[in-house]
Amino acid sequence: MAIKEMEQDYIRPPQPPGFLKWIKDNLFDGVFNSVLTILLFPTVFYLLYAIFDWVLFNASWQAVTQFPLLYAIGQYPREEIWRVGIIFSGIMLLLGISWGRWGGLLKSIALATGAILLVFALLPVQHPALDLNMRLSLGSNLLVILLGFLIGKKTNLKNAFIIAGWLIIPAGGIIILAGFENSALLPNVPTTLWGGLMVTILLAAGGIVLSFPLGVALAFGRRSNLPVVSAFSTVFIEMIRGVPLITILFMFSIILALFLPAESRIDRLVRALMAVTVFSAAYSAENVRGGLQSVPLGQVEAAKALGMGSFKTTVFIVLPQALRAVLPSIVGQFIALFKDTTLVVIIGINDFLGIGRSIINSDPEFVQMRTEVYIFMAVIYWIFSYLMSSASRRIEDAMGIESNL
Amino acid sequence: MPHPFYRWIDVMTDNQQQESQKTSIPFYRDERIIQIFAQVISAVLIIGLLILAVINFIQAADARNMTLTFGFLKEKAGFPISNPPIDYVPGMTFGRAFTAGLVNTLLISGVGIIAATIVGTLVALARLSSNWLLSRIALVFIEFHRNIPLLVLLFIWYFVVFGFVPPVSDTLQWPGPTYVNKRGVYLSWPRLTETGTPFVVLFLIGIFAAIIIFTVLRQRRKISGKDTYYLPISISILIISFIAGWILSGGTPFQIDSPFRDGFNFQGGLRLTPEFAGMFLSLSLYTAAFIAEVVRGGIQAVNRGQIEAARAVGLSQIQVLSLVIMPQALRIIIPPMISQYLNLTKNSSLALAIGFQEVFAVGKITINQAGRAVPVFALIMITYLSLSLLTSFILNIYNRRIQFVMR
Repeated sequence: MAIKEMEQDYIRPPQPPGFLKWIKDNLFDGVFNSVLTILLFPTVFYLLYAIFDWVLFNASWQAVTQFPLLYAIGQYPREEIWRVGIIFSGIMLLLGISWGRWGGLLKSIALATGAILLVFALLPVQHPALDLNMRLSLGSNLLVILLGFLIGKKTNLKNAFIIAGWLIIPAGGIIILAGFENSALLPNVPTTLWGGLMVTILLAAGGIVLSFPLGVALAFGRRSNLPVVSAFSTVFIEMIRGVPLITILFMFSIILALFLPAESRIDRLVRALMAVTVFSAAYSAENVRGGLQSVPLGQVEAAKALGMGSFKTTVFIVLPQALRAVLPSIVGQFIALFKDTTLVVIIGINDFLGIGRSIINSDPEFVQMRTEVYIFMAVIYWIFSYLMSSASRRIEDAMGIESNL
Repeated sequence: MPHPFYRWIDVMTDNQQQESQKTSIPFYRDERIIQIFAQVISAVLIIGLLILAVINFIQAADARNMTLTFGFLKEKAGFPISNPPIDYVPGMTFGRAFTAGLVNTLLISGVGIIAATIVGTLVALARLSSNWLLSRIALVFIEFHRNIPLLVLLFIWYFVVFGFVPPVSDTLQWPGPTYVNKRGVYLSWPRLTETGTPFVVLFLIGIFAAIIIFTVLRQRRKISGKDTYYLPISISILIISFIAGWILSGGTPFQIDSPFRDGFNFQGGLRLTPEFAGMFLSLSLYTAAFIAEVVRGGIQAVNRGQIEAARAVGLSQIQVLSLVIMPQALRIIIPPMISQYLNLTKNSSLALAIGFQEVFAVGKITINQAGRAVPVFALIMITYLSLSLLTSFILNIYNRRIQFVMR
């Protein structure tokens, strides 16, 4: 009997520490830590109080709330705003489909997006930008997400199609936004009118989609046994990694024209996109090369022994393993690219940061509100990059489990 | 009599050999021929494109009457540089202006690297602290700076923080004395007096001697195993040279140069312009967040068993830190740390956005003024490339050294 009781005592799992115990262990273990906590606690409390006080009562958010459309799409003609709406709905549909198919983090993103849409659609304030049409279209995107979810869940759409959809969105978006000359339905909108978060996302998404294959190509080029290809790739990668992005941006906006035929004219925004792409590709190339080096030679030999050609070996054996090994650093590079798109402000493109600056400079009254504007922009950038990095962590975790099986 | 299975294989290979003797590999599947073919095609493509670009470039340069030489560096530059680090006034040459920009780049990178390393290490230690509150504060610092673009951070420091600094008439006064107003930050700064030269010379000699004696004695200890007291000896050499220099220079090698009010302005002290201060703060805090992650990763990567084993052999806490943890952690920390330094140096080019004139900003004005885009860009690229090549050279030497130690 006594033995049984002892066993029970022994087997009982460790209890989670009580609140007081937790405080003692984590805040007041030892003299030094206690003093530190006693000093830090009021400071942190005061700072938090000051921040809340300022955000809620002292800050005037007029410069932020007055121009939601300007922050979102810049000077894009308001009568053509439906084009942006269509692209947005397309993204929402894909988001819904991906949620239905893969769930996980995409579920959280889709639900959060839906919640934000719902909040904006039902926001009980009078605002010229938030008229009935806007509310209806925001609300209808909720249905689009749900429709996408059902498609993803119920139909057996191929995964490749969904991924292709995500890849096509940036290119299709650019075409729809730009329109065509002499078209009644889609008149041409010059890129000088584009701006805001739209341009930031376009540059980041376009840069990611284009720079990745270029980076993979450069990585293979550098490892190639063709001397010209390998030398060219090496010089290209090292030259671009050696200089700051702003140099590349200026090169593409000033000097590129000299190296192209005289009659060719490349749009300003496209040149910026090219610069961002080339810059990011050089960094991706080095990441991918690291992955390629990590694939054991035996894998290649085994594939050859099975009679696979070098193309098949590369695509089906080497590349998947290489990319998986370096996925975290590739995602890290994408986050860096997203943050780096802010530099286009310096060559005069009105991305999200640029719109903020022009709003501040448009009115002496707003100059006094620059704190609010910059804080708002910092928060938006922070949310986007934080989402990307937590997505990368989730994927890493998921892959870690996979590799253990 | 072999097993029937083997016989079957023999038959197979025999058949194949006979077949392969009959038909040779077609030329389009021959590895060697494909190889040569690919070489030629790729060479023609790449070199062709380059030649095309060069031809276009020469035509464009001709059409615009562009000069492609560096002769303009000797011409007069008409633009001012605010707060030049070396002697420069408008009317001096472009070369001089460029040098001033280069010195500004090196200056901001240098102080930025020192500050980022110190702050980053402190934040990493705070992140690893057993105090929950301190660790969270460090986490907030890291996540805040890592997820915001540097340019936004720079604008916040320059336009928001330094934008609300009061004008000269009601200057902020902090202990030190330190004065802060719209024109910049005025710090008290030790400056060398006229009799200070022997102090500097002696102290430099002392540092040099201390390093040599430290290495020699430590090497001897490593070989003989006897304690040669290398640390106390080299430290006392340092102290002796310091005191000797102090006495030789008459007791006042330095004097504190404090800023003072002179009418509507401040004189003396060390003046940091708002541009420099904003760039310095944003750049070093941004990089510090990345360095903190590097340092934390390095320290956490050291195997716990190593520390326990070192304690078990009887090493003291300091010895564990300096002989077991640091050598292993540094091996992991230093390569990414150096690439962070390089990033910081390259990121200093963002100073263009707020008008701090480092090498890129000077280059940009030169392009506008002199209209010589290509040579100026070549100059800028050469500058940054040589910095990064130098860095990777150092990194390679370091990697080779630690690899040697590992084996």
